Amino acid sequence: MIRGALTSDRLAGAALAAAAIFVLWESRALPFGTIRDPGAGAVPVLLALALLVCSLAVVVGGAAAQPVAAIPWTEWRHAVAILGACVFMALALERLGYRLTILVTLLALLTLVERKRWVVGAVFAIGFSVGSYFLFNTLLRVPLPLGPFRF
Amino acid sequence: MIETLQNLSSGFGLALSPAVLLYAFVGCVVGTLVGVLPGVGPLAGISLLLPATFGLDPTSAIVLLAGIYYGAMYGGSTTSILMRIPGEAASVMTCIDGYAMTQKGRAGAALAVAAIGSFVAGTVSVVGLMLLAPPLAEFALRFGPPENFALLVLGLLVLAYMSGGSMAKALAMAALGLLLGMVGIDTMTGVFRFHYGLVELGDGIGVVPTAVGLFGISEILLSAGRAIRAEIRRPRLRELLPSRQELRDSAWPIARGTVLGFGIGILPGPGHVISSFVSYAVERRLSAHPERFGHGAVEGLAGPESANNAATSGAFVPMLALGLPSGAIPAIMMAALMIHGIAPGPLLIQQQPQLFWGFIASMYVGNVVLLILNLPLVGLFVNILRIPYSFLYPSILAFATLGVYAVNSSVVDVWIMAGTGLLGYVLRKFDFEIAPIVLGLVLAPMLELSFRQSLAMSAGSYAIFATRPITAVMLLVGLALLLLGLRPVFTGAGSWREATGPEPAARGEGEGKP
Repeated sequence: MIRGALTSDRLAGAALAAAAIFVLWESRALPFGTIRDPGAGAVPVLLALALLVCSLAVVVGGAAAQPVAAIPWTEWRHAVAILGACVFMALALERLGYRLTILVTLLALLTLVERKRWVVGAVFAIGFSVGSYFLFNTLLRVPLPLGPFRF
Repeated sequence: MIETLQNLSSGFGLALSPAVLLYAFVGCVVGTLVGVLPGVGPLAGISLLLPATFGLDPTSAIVLLAGIYYGAMYGGSTTSILMRIPGEAASVMTCIDGYAMTQKGRAGAALAVAAIGSFVAGTVSVVGLMLLAPPLAEFALRFGPPENFALLVLGLLVLAYMSGGSMAKALAMAALGLLLGMVGIDTMTGVFRFHYGLVELGDGIGVVPTAVGLFGISEILLSAGRAIRAEIRRPRLRELLPSRQELRDSAWPIARGTVLGFGIGILPGPGHVISSFVSYAVERRLSAHPERFGHGAVEGLAGPESANNAATSGAFVPMLALGLPSGAIPAIMMAALMIHGIAPGPLLIQQQPQLFWGFIASMYVGNVVLLILNLPLVGLFVNILRIPYSFLYPSILAFATLGVYAVNSSVVDVWIMAGTGLLGYVLRKFDFEIAPIVLGLVLAPMLELSFRQSLAMSAGSYAIFATRPITAVMLLVGLALLLLGLRPVFTGAGSWREATGPEPAARGEGEGKP
């Protein structure tokens, strides 16, 4: 191992420490109260300090962890596509409705990411979106959003 | 004792009602499927199916989720034995001798021994749960806010100590989870914290989208694109009979695994994983022929299989009796009960006897269902591995989104799911345990409330945490664990926890390599 190399623990510890400092900064707006009578901001501040201490301990003890460069990211294309699908669903669910959103998401994942034939992707996506809507909305009465033309 | 039997008989009345029986059956089937599928562990499975329980009554919901939990333990052993694919982390030890038995042509016997061990351990440990939880809850009724605070702190510290890898990392994750639990309206003063203009965050960050994101979505992100190709072996029904010698050899390992598993399961931490490792080590140590281990020793299969099933029941003891989840799975189940307006804790058994005893009885029924279901239908279950993952993960993603949205009809929850999915993915890549985040999120409101109530009781004096004996003892034990766990950070010495480590999926284990 290269001495002083950036390891996974050191990087993650530093990121967590930054998150703790961010929470401490954001907690300024909350009433801290006193040590004897803590207000709404006291426990978040104490927890952020605990996170800061633990993160620094991770950084200090992180020399022997795996180097960041050695972490394999072979699945990153799939991961980006799946996260993109999550973002699309969050944006589209109440605009396009459940069935259209799921149909488009599944079709895109199967044909563009998994390279399945369009016909296979379309049949699966239509079957899943309509079938799951029928099961959950019609049979189990779970309210799911409708899109244009009440589809 | 008579009262216990009366309660149990009324529990059976509920558990054997057609509706509850159906949910136990469905839970066992789904759990077995979850256990069989590599990459979808019990945590991800329960997180993903949690929203499906919202329309049910609390008893049916908990029975269904528990069925998934112990069904996954059974299912995980099937693929471990037949294909050396641990469907979930607790089955890693089963792979060693279970698969070696398969290679020797004893696959059927290995499956039968695993099923018998799981059944015995499952049933006996439910007796332990039934006998231990009520007196523990009665004892905990004496707890005031300082004791509750100390118990929650101790629970988090024990979890961090028992977790794989570094204790500092586990504690950082718990602190992160506790901080996420600070979002929302403060129950004591009404101040809305960290909302950034989103009124949907008034009730805080939801446990469901967080758990689905951290476990379900991160699992998909880690395993998508991974080709799992396995040769599927299906033993015939007549091959399922173990020999007399195999049954004799596995009797004591099953008994020891049951006791070990139940004891370890009660403690906070991934009890079902740790217990299977400990049981394997114990059996090898006690064996007159330790050289047989790794080459198809039935003891190396029977012990760990029993231990991980017993640990499943053990994990319910602190959850049902104290309201303290011992790990992420009980934490999610606790969240499921809370969604139904039921607060698990010492009062649960008194206030909801139907739920408690119905749940206990359903576990007996579930174990029988699993025994009947698993052995004859083993060939059917392994067929699920034929479904290409390229179709499976988009379906899981769609179900996850549907479930998360359905909780509050809110897209904010879908965003939380996506965000925590990314967080879980990166953290698992970096070898961090993510279970303490969920536990922290669930416990944060209780921890804060008991801390501030304690100070209100003592007019601001922190001596209240030192002068009350139970509180002081629990905090001292916690402090000792903290010092023990953090010692390697300062001394640079190795720790036994390094040998265990976080979820195997993050390191590419559980991948199909038959």
